[in-house]
Amino acid sequence: MPALQAHVASTSDYIALLKPRVMSLVVFTALVGYVMAPGAGDAVLGFASVLAIAVGAGASGALNMWYDADIDAKMARTMARPIPSGAVAPEEALALGLALSVFAVLTMALAANVLAACLLAFTIFFYAVVYTMWLKRRTPQNIVIGGLAGALPPAIAWAAKMDALALDPLLLVAIIFFWTPPHFWALSLLRADEYKAAGVPMLPVTHGPAETRKQILLYSCILAPLALAPVATGLAGPLYGAIAAAGGAAFLYFAWRVARSDAPKHARALFFFSILYLFTLFAALPAERLIGLIAR
Amino acid sequence: MTDFVRLTPEQERARKRRNLMLALALVGFIALVFIITLAKLKAGVLVRPL
Repeated sequence: MPALQAHVASTSDYIALLKPRVMSLVVFTALVGYVMAPGAGDAVLGFASVLAIAVGAGASGALNMWYDADIDAKMARTMARPIPSGAVAPEEALALGLALSVFAVLTMALAANVLAACLLAFTIFFYAVVYTMWLKRRTPQNIVIGGLAGALPPAIAWAAKMDALALDPLLLVAIIFFWTPPHFWALSLLRADEYKAAGVPMLPVTHGPAETRKQILLYSCILAPLALAPVATGLAGPLYGAIAAAGGAAFLYFAWRVARSDAPKHARALFFFSILYLFTLFAALPAERLIGLIAR
Repeated sequence: MTDFVRLTPEQERARKRRNLMLALALVGFIALVFIITLAKLKAGVLVRPL
């Protein structure tokens, strides 16, 4: 009689559950939120706060993969994820997600304050429950509303340093919030068939590619001027303003190309440019502050 | 007679690595709480009206 076989997941399978690529964007924007909040802050407590946000994001990723394992198995982009591939049992992913959520929120409360811990708990809940369980399979507005979870990290980090919120961190949240739809819809234009087969009501599936391309341009028209708002409030200076203006113009150009042509290369170009755009925008904020400090 | 699950050498190595990472994560968390506590004490968190 053959011995029973068991699959033992490797460490990298558990790391994959935490969606490290999404986590890196979260860490980056949170770091910028922390640095841009007034005052020097404490380096150790700042590190612990950003770490808590990173672990919270990872926990959300694990909970998302636990709930979405059935649709992940139907899509080429996600079928190699740890649960559909059989590397990790769904219950393990759920346990990991819940445990890390608790650790992340408690660490934030300990290192920073209750406001930041509550915001982090809300973000995890919003991504895992509101987006993953309620919106994703029900409405084409899933990534628009759900995008709030990915947009909040700079505000959580700001709150961790200041024990308060202000207009500036909310502007950073708004920039990521309006950046998310053009970014994800560009990707979903390329993967519309897979989303349709998996039964996910992404905009290209429910309203067609033409409407999606129009909506991409619409959100880009809001995003480009919105990205200049930190200059008006004094959070950023002329260097950021120049980068935001040039980047916004380029973003509008890429979005306009998508709006007027259904060639996949335009959607692909917008998708990749949108990543570069957000990274450059958020890197410009602390870079300008650093240059200002050196020049003083 | 009970059939026990037998792990291959590769699976045993994977389990050991996983257990090691879990231990490191727990030790890391303890160290983090300790360092946060020190940082808070340095910031004078105990200096407050009673």
